[in-house]
Amino acid sequence: MPHELIEKKAGLLGILIAAVVSVGGLAEIVPLMADRQAAAPAPGVRPYTALQLEGRDIYIREGCYVCHSQMIRPFRAETERYGAYSLAGESVYDHPFQFGSKRTGPDLARVGGRYTDEWHRVHLTNPRDLVPESNMPAFPWLAENLVDETRTALKMERLRMVGVPYTDAEIAGAAEAVRGKTEMQALIAYLQSLGRANRGN
Amino acid sequence: MSTFWSVFIIVLVVGQVVGALWLLQAFTRAPRAPQADTTGHTWDGDLKEYNNPLPRWWLVLFWLTALWLVVYLLLYPGLGSFQGLRGWSQQNQYAEEVAAAQARYGDVYAAFADLPLAELADNPEAVRLGRNLFLNRCATCHGSDARGARGFPNLTDDAWLWGSAPETIQATITNGRVGVMPALGAALGEQGLNEVVAYLLSLSGRGAADPAAVQAGQQKFLQYCSACHGPQAQGNQMLGAPNLTDDDWLHGSSEEAIRDVILNGRQNQMPAQKDFLTADQIRTLVAYVLSLQQG
Repeated sequence: MPHELIEKKAGLLGILIAAVVSVGGLAEIVPLMADRQAAAPAPGVRPYTALQLEGRDIYIREGCYVCHSQMIRPFRAETERYGAYSLAGESVYDHPFQFGSKRTGPDLARVGGRYTDEWHRVHLTNPRDLVPESNMPAFPWLAENLVDETRTALKMERLRMVGVPYTDAEIAGAAEAVRGKTEMQALIAYLQSLGRANRGN
Repeated sequence: MSTFWSVFIIVLVVGQVVGALWLLQAFTRAPRAPQADTTGHTWDGDLKEYNNPLPRWWLVLFWLTALWLVVYLLLYPGLGSFQGLRGWSQQNQYAEEVAAAQARYGDVYAAFADLPLAELADNPEAVRLGRNLFLNRCATCHGSDARGARGFPNLTDDAWLWGSAPETIQATITNGRVGVMPALGAALGEQGLNEVVAYLLSLSGRGAADPAAVQAGQQKFLQYCSACHGPQAQGNQMLGAPNLTDDDWLHGSSEEAIRDVILNGRQNQMPAQKDFLTADQIRTLVAYVLSLQQG
């Protein structure tokens, strides 16, 4: 194809650029979408309960992912501290996943069960009460706000459309399950669910 | 990975490489006198551009990277399900790293498996290992200096909820503990609450409360609290019920704090560590906790 033609036809140039740029994604991302092994849940991994799901949305709303990753990489230094390295099958019900890319705070992929609910309550209200050297922000309003129950069922329906196997009964009982719960309770329920299955060790 | 997707990836990768090399080759020209060769484009009437050859050093670098790519795709996984001649994978690399560490450090905790717990506290190496584990797993609640925080026990003092015997500490770490203080606000009522608080303050020699209230508080205490905290309010380590006559107040010593504990109760939990740590690791942790008592 003559050089001059590509230079003078901006549309053609654009199409060719898009084709070249998308090769990486086509080779690395698209096959994984079709890969059953990568899309299958790891043993013991279950969809989030209604309360955990609301907690997850609060995790996202408050930007926890900005400082906390949820991805234990396969290095000994990480598994010694955080537990077994993360597997693709552990994130199949995460839409979107919360791998994160920065660790100002520690990785949270296996934080579930590591601390008590009460520890999380005190720590989220003011981290300095427990860890004097902490620079994590305090989130005291979580204990005052109630979870918005009106949208829980809708969220679960939408997640079902992208492959999370919620039953009709779970969706019907969603609003009831989160009614009267504070955002603090929801967030703690979510945190306590992280990495419980497949902990390895 | 299915054959289809494997072929799909191979075609894309090889096609991309071949395409890039073809492009490079197709537009590479032998050096000529620049004045003689223009691209033939003309803009704004008289504006032309030279068609200079690509710099040779740059071309050589490009061909070298192309050569490296061929070597790389042969050695490492990159072409569909082809695993590469080196058999490298993230999982293998991790397993090798762990095996290398195991060969170098050995099972450092096993060395202390047969020593009596009480002696471990005098073993500096066991204490050092235990401290490392403590800082990673325990310091978030008990503090990096083990002095605890409100609601989370100080391990350096002599107040023990569940007992300080080495075997007891070992059991506490291994299986965790649950300490429940029931909410008694409704049972005591406003006046009863005030009386019990007055009694508790008098136990630690504080508060010039009216003696009648103290006495009434003691009666209420015997009725509602003594089953766990004992008739003398000195606690019960079988239940993790704290001694209320000393100066240690886990949830705060102020009148408001004491009132809040009675009103709302507490659910204290020490998480079990047996899923996270081996028995030998827990032994070194016990050694560290015991060593704090000597400091």
